[in-house]
Amino acid sequence: MMAGSIQTFSFKQLLRRAFGGAWTPQWRDPEPQAGYDVVIVGAGGHGLATAYYLAAEFGIRNVAVLDKGWLGGGNTGRNTTIIRSNYLWDESAAIYEHALKLWETLSQTLNYNVMYSPRGVMMLAHSVHDTQVFKRHVHANRLQGIDNEWLTPTQAQAFCPPLYIGSDARYPVMGAALQRRGGIARHDAVAWGYARAASALGVDIIQNCEVIGIDRDADGAVTGVQTTRGPIAASRVGVVAAGHTSVLMNMAGLRMPLESFPLQALVSEPIKPAMPCVVMSNTVHAYISQSDKGELVIGAGTDVYPSYSQAGGLHIAEHTLDAICELFPTFRRLRMLRNWGGIVDTTPDRSPIIGLTPVPGLFVNCGWGTGGFKATPGSGHVFAATIATGIPHPIAEPFSLDRFRTGRLIDEAAAAAVSH
Amino acid sequence: MLLIPCPWCGPRPENEFHHAGQAHIARPEDPAAVDDATWAEYLYLRTNPKGAHAERWRHSHGCGRFFNSVRDTVTDRIASTTRPNA
Ligand SMILES: Cc1cc2nc3c(=O)[nH]c(=O)nc-3n(C[C@H](O)[C@H](O)[C@H](O)COP(=O)(O)OP(=O)(O)OC[C@H]3O[C@@H](n4cnc5c(N)ncnc54)[C@H](O)[C@@H]3O)c2cc1C
Ligand SMILES: [Zn+2]
Repeated sequence: MMAGSIQTFSFKQLLRRAFGGAWTPQWRDPEPQAGYDVVIVGAGGHGLATAYYLAAEFGIRNVAVLDKGWLGGGNTGRNTTIIRSNYLWDESAAIYEHALKLWETLSQTLNYNVMYSPRGVMMLAHSVHDTQVFKRHVHANRLQGIDNEWLTPTQAQAFCPPLYIGSDARYPVMGAALQRRGGIARHDAVAWGYARAASALGVDIIQNCEVIGIDRDADGAVTGVQTTRGPIAASRVGVVAAGHTSVLMNMAGLRMPLESFPLQALVSEPIKPAMPCVVMSNTVHAYISQSDKGELVIGAGTDVYPSYSQAGGLHIAEHTLDAICELFPTFRRLRMLRNWGGIVDTTPDRSPIIGLTPVPGLFVNCGWGTGGFKATPGSGHVFAATIATGIPHPIAEPFSLDRFRTGRLIDEAAAAAVSH
Repeated sequence: MLLIPCPWCGPRPENEFHHAGQAHIARPEDPAAVDDATWAEYLYLRTNPKGAHAERWRHSHGCGRFFNSVRDTVTDRIASTTRPNA
């Protein structure tokens, strides 16, 4: 499958390189052509995956992926990489489970180690309300055929030993919902793996190329884009720009049901393996796992006001660290090494928007907000199908932009309360 | 944390305030008379600009009053805050 100049990764190749011979670049760095069949705006995981599936599954290889910065430099390279599929509504469960199944074989598919590690994602319940909501999820997931089980506090602590479950805790643990197939993956590797595989199939990935305008003909249909590296013609344009989607859609005269917020993450100094799984607490805005380097990877909440500043307020991170210290007293004396922010695009129902727009030829995949990394392979796959055929893929169909007019919302906001 | 100048109380830390969304979004006078698209626009569509943004705040842990502000969403700098209908 890896045609062209790209080397295949294998044990034999590794041995050979140990005795000399350089690795060649993982993807080409082409100049933009005058036109393409499809232009994808945004070289994050979702955009790159879309291009890969367009080429690999739908035979559309005359494709460019444009990014204003470097590939994977947006939320893809900034997120805490929690992967799970135990959402409440059938529509959500279908798309996240579609993605989870693709995660399971993604390293083999791409011949690139994305380090998918299904170590289990445990969501803590701290109140009667949490308990009822999570049990409802467990039952809904069982009907959907998706693994999710209810744990008592003692079972939760057995699964995650550093967790404090004493009844005097500030945020007492009243139980937990566990998806054993959930876990994490290496975010950069996901972007690089898709970029490498797409490039090998003929997709041009053009970095440092900001889209500054969307061109349309007399009937309003898309004819191409204006960029900082010149105009590029295309009759099909897919916008996959996360926090910057409103800005891009505005270039085609569209207002979106989106607001962009800073969301933060931070990592601790590296320690020996102490966290065997992922723990999420939506109620106190704390998300934590341990990377293979030994750093604790911690996700915080969003700021309360929309912003493109890509740096959230310190008090938001402090709030999360307060909660982490209460839940994991052993981690109290750890120092934090780095923190950063990404700009997440949130929808009113906290579900994504995937599909056609009122502008012919213009497609959009956005609104993943605080929780779209987990969906990367599935999102790219159904979006590619939608662009290739001009008809929403059945899994994507409920996530249409039009649902805000018809009222058929997929309300994971009410279901999950906050970030997911 | 932002330092937000309440038009009544003066500069106060952000955590005294509640963000109340984009400013100047008027509820249609007669909801039954408008079509679904207009109603959806009122409920859900937002400008979400990269740059000057007109928004509302409520000084919930202060005077309790609503006011409008113009903030740059790239620098987060607040250009002005004004009393409603001022
Ligand atoms: C701190 C943080 C923690 C998170 N934690 C999780 C988690 O644990 N689990 C989970 O599932 N999700 C999580 N998320 C959400 C997840 O990161 C995103 O939903 C997902 O990565 C979005 O991928 P994307 O490819 O759509 O966007 P991005 O990776 O942001 O890619 C969009 C690209 O568009 C480019 N772009 C923008 N404007 C233009 C333009 N005008 N021209 C050209 N290019 C442009 C950008 O440069 C960017 O590279 C988190 C997000 C953040 C910020
Ligand atoms: Zn006041």
